[in-house]
Amino acid sequence: MPADTPTSASDRLLHVRGLDVTFGRSANPVFAVKGASFDLGRERLGIVGESGSGKSTLGRAIMRLHPKSARVTADAMRFMGTDLMSLGEAAMSRLRGSEISLILQDPRYSLNPVQPVGMQIAEVAEVHLGLKGKASRAAAADMLAAVRIRDVERTMGLYPHEISGGMGQRVMIAMMLLNKPKLVIADEPTSALDVSVRSDVLTLLDNLVRENASGLILISHDIRMVARFCDRIIVMYAGRMVEEITSLASARHPYTLGLIAAMPSLDGPRPDRLPVLDRQLLAQMKESA
Amino acid sequence: MTADNTMAGPIAVSQPEPGIWRERLLRIVDEPLGLAGLLVLCLFATVAVLAPILAPYDPTVQDLGNIMQAPGAAHWAGTDELGRDILSRLIWGTRITFRTILTVALIIGPLGLVIGVISGYCGGKVDTVLMRFTDIVLSFPSLVLALSFAAALGAGLGTAIIAISLTSWPSIARLARAETLTVRRAEYVAAARLYGASHLRLIFLYIMPMCIPSVIVRLTLAMASVILTAAGLGFLGLGAQPPSPEWGAMISSGRKYMLDAWWIAVMPGIAILTVSLAFNLLGDTLRDILDPRHAR
Amino acid sequence: MIKVRNIDVHFQAHHHDKHAVKSVSFSVARGECLGIVGESGCGKSTVLRSLAGLETHWTGTIGMAGRQVGQKRRRDDLPLVQMVFQDPYGSLHPRHRIGRALKEPLISMGRTADDDIVGVALEGVGLPRHFAGRFPHQLSGGQRQRVAIARALLLKPPIVLLDEPTSALDVSVQAEVLNLLSALRREMELTYVFVSHDLGVIGQMCDRLIVMRDGELIEEMTADELRGRRVKTEYARELLEKSFI
Repeated sequence: MPADTPTSASDRLLHVRGLDVTFGRSANPVFAVKGASFDLGRERLGIVGESGSGKSTLGRAIMRLHPKSARVTADAMRFMGTDLMSLGEAAMSRLRGSEISLILQDPRYSLNPVQPVGMQIAEVAEVHLGLKGKASRAAAADMLAAVRIRDVERTMGLYPHEISGGMGQRVMIAMMLLNKPKLVIADEPTSALDVSVRSDVLTLLDNLVRENASGLILISHDIRMVARFCDRIIVMYAGRMVEEITSLASARHPYTLGLIAAMPSLDGPRPDRLPVLDRQLLAQMKESA
Repeated sequence: MTADNTMAGPIAVSQPEPGIWRERLLRIVDEPLGLAGLLVLCLFATVAVLAPILAPYDPTVQDLGNIMQAPGAAHWAGTDELGRDILSRLIWGTRITFRTILTVALIIGPLGLVIGVISGYCGGKVDTVLMRFTDIVLSFPSLVLALSFAAALGAGLGTAIIAISLTSWPSIARLARAETLTVRRAEYVAAARLYGASHLRLIFLYIMPMCIPSVIVRLTLAMASVILTAAGLGFLGLGAQPPSPEWGAMISSGRKYMLDAWWIAVMPGIAILTVSLAFNLLGDTLRDILDPRHAR
Repeated sequence: MIKVRNIDVHFQAHHHDKHAVKSVSFSVARGECLGIVGESGCGKSTVLRSLAGLETHWTGTIGMAGRQVGQKRRRDDLPLVQMVFQDPYGSLHPRHRIGRALKEPLISMGRTADDDIVGVALEGVGLPRHFAGRFPHQLSGGQRQRVAIARALLLKPPIVLLDEPTSALDVSVQAEVLNLLSALRREMELTYVFVSHDLGVIGQMCDRLIVMRDGELIEEMTADELRGRRVKTEYARELLEKSFI
C-alpha cells in the first residue's frame, strides 16, 4: 500500500469521478450507472435506490466485481491514492482481501457450505494476518466474540446451514472485518434478516467500522434505515445520482420525496391511499437532464 | 426477502427465465464448440437422408477382384475384405445410426419423463415403488440385457433398440423426478391447486413442460452413449446383421484385418467417434444455455 | 366470515416433531382485513396455508362463510377463498401468456372463459387489455403481482389471503399495489387476511392484527392501537421498536 500521497488527504479513502457502467454493444450501450461522482472519507455513506437504479452495480464496479458483460469507465477512481482502474487483477484481488471488504445480502451464499464457520474465519486470519494454527483460531474466536456471538466455541464448529440468518450475517461481518479493512461496502446486509436482528446487525457493523476508523458504504433500498445509520445519503434513480442529502428532511428531489412518502408509516392519521411516485414527471426530468 | 434482491439493471435480465428458452437456443451461435457439434450432426443427418445420391457405390455389392484396397481416388475410404466400398457403407450406415438414436430418444424421452414426473408429483408409496423399480432397471447392463433379448427374439437392429431403450430410460426418469420435486413447490402450482386444477392438468400442463429443457439436454448427452452401445452390440453381432452396413459390425469384421488393412476398422471408428463427440459437445452447450445451474 | 378455533399444526421431519402452530383461534368479520405479523418461522404462513387448504395437517376447526371446511377441500369450497403469493416471479406459470393464466381458473372450474372476461379482469387491476398476449417474463414485478391479484379474484371469492404480497417489490411499486388492494376490498367487499413482517404495511392495510411468536398467538390488537403504539406484550413492543429504526 502506498503511503498517503501529497495529493490525497489522509482521511480521503475513495475518490470517484464520472463513473459509467454500461452493458450491451458499444453502438447503443445501456447505462446501468451514468456519471457517478463522489468522495468518501472515514465516514458512513448510504446509497439508496430501487431495483434497477444501479446502486448494486456501482458498489460492485468500485470493487471491480462487475460481470464480464459490463464495461466500466471512469475519469478517476482512486482508493487511497491507488488508481483502481489501472490496477491489475492480482493486485486488485489483494486489495479486496485486505483493504476493501464486501458484505452481501445473504450470508448463506457467501460462506463455504462444507467447512465449519470457525475454520473459515481462521483461514482469513492465516491468509491476511499471517497468523498460524492456534493463533489464527484465537483471532477467529476473538472476532466472533466481537460480533457478540454468545457461545463462541460451539459456534466455531457449526456449519453454515446450522446457523440462523442473523448469526450467519454476524459471522460474515466477523470474517470481513477481521483484518480491519479501510473500506467496507455492505450491499443490503440486512434485508434477508428478521426485523428484530436487523438493527442489532447494523449497530454492530456501525460500531466496528467506527472502531477501525474505516469508511462504510451502505447500499440499501430502505431510505429510512440508511438515514438512521449514515452521515450522507446518495439517492440513485435510473443509473444516475439524483441527489445527495444528509437527512430525510433535507430531501428536495421529487424522486427522493416520493420514495419517502411511499413508505407506509405508523405516524399520523392513516391515509386512504399511499402517495405514489409520479413516474411521468420523473421520465420528463430524466429526458431533460 | 425484501424489495431489492435482484442486481441492478441489465443484470437482472440474465436471471433464469424458463419462458425465453427459444431466445436462448439462439445463443448457441456464440458457442463455437456447441455450434460445431450441431453442424456435424446436421451434416450427418443430411448424409443419412441423401444416402442413395451421395454414395458412390452400392454398399452391399461385392467386388472380389478389388478387395482391401487402400484409400485412394476410386475408393476414398478404401474397400473391405469383400471389395465393398467403405465410404458408401459408412454413408448408408448413418441411416442405421440415426434410426437407432431417434427411435431410442422417442422411446426413452417420453417414458422417462412420464415415470419421473408421476413419481415426483405423487410422492409417498407411488414414488417409492417407481423409484425402486427404476433402480432395479438401472442396475441391468444393457449389453447383458441385449444378449438375453437376442437369445429370445433373435439378433437384429430392433432387438438392439429395445434393449438400449429398456436400459436407458431410468436416468431420464430420475432427472425428471428431481425437476418435478422443485417445480411442484412453485407458487404457481399452489395457486393452480387453489383454483381447482385437476391432477392430470397439473402434471401435464404445469409441471411437465418445465422439465422438458433439462430432459432434452440429458437426452442429447445420452445419445453419445447410445451410439457407443449400439456399435458395441453390432460389434458383438447382436445388433444389425450383415450385410447391413452398421458401423459397429463393420469394425467387428475389420478387426481380423487390422494389420493388413487398417482402414476397414478405423474408418467406421472415426465415424462413431465423430458423431458421439458431436452429441457430447452439443449436449454440454445446451446444458450451459438451458440450465442456469451449470452456467459458467 | 372466517372462524378459526384451536388449530394446531405439527410437522414431522427426521423423527423430530415441530409444533408449528399452537392452538390458534381468531375470527374475521365480513369485509374486514386481519393482519398476521411475526418473524420468520413463527407460523404465520402456516396458518394462512391452512386457511387456503394447501396445508392439510392441521387439527381444530375452520369455518368460512358460515360453513365448516375440512383439511382436504371439496370442489365447491374452492371458490370461497383464493390467495396471492409473495414471489411475483414464481406465482405465474412461466410458459403461459397472461391471458391463458387468467383463463386457467375458469377452465379448471368448468366455467366459461373468454377474452372479454380476461380483458375486464386486467382492467380491474389497472393493466391494459393487450397485456393478455404477453408472457410473465415480459412484465415487471409489480405488473405480475397485479396479474396474480386479478387471477385470485376471477372466481369471485369473498375471502382473499395475502402472503407478503408486496415484500418482493420496490417501495414505490408496493404503494401502488397496496392502494389497488385497498380499493378492491372496498369495491368488492372482500375479506382479507394479510400476512406480513412489515408493521408499516399492516398498519396501513388492516383493521385488526394478531401477533404470533413460536407458533403461538401472543397478542391481538386493533390497527389504531398499533398506530398509537399501545401494545400490551413486551415482544410486540420490541418488534415495533426494531421495525422503525
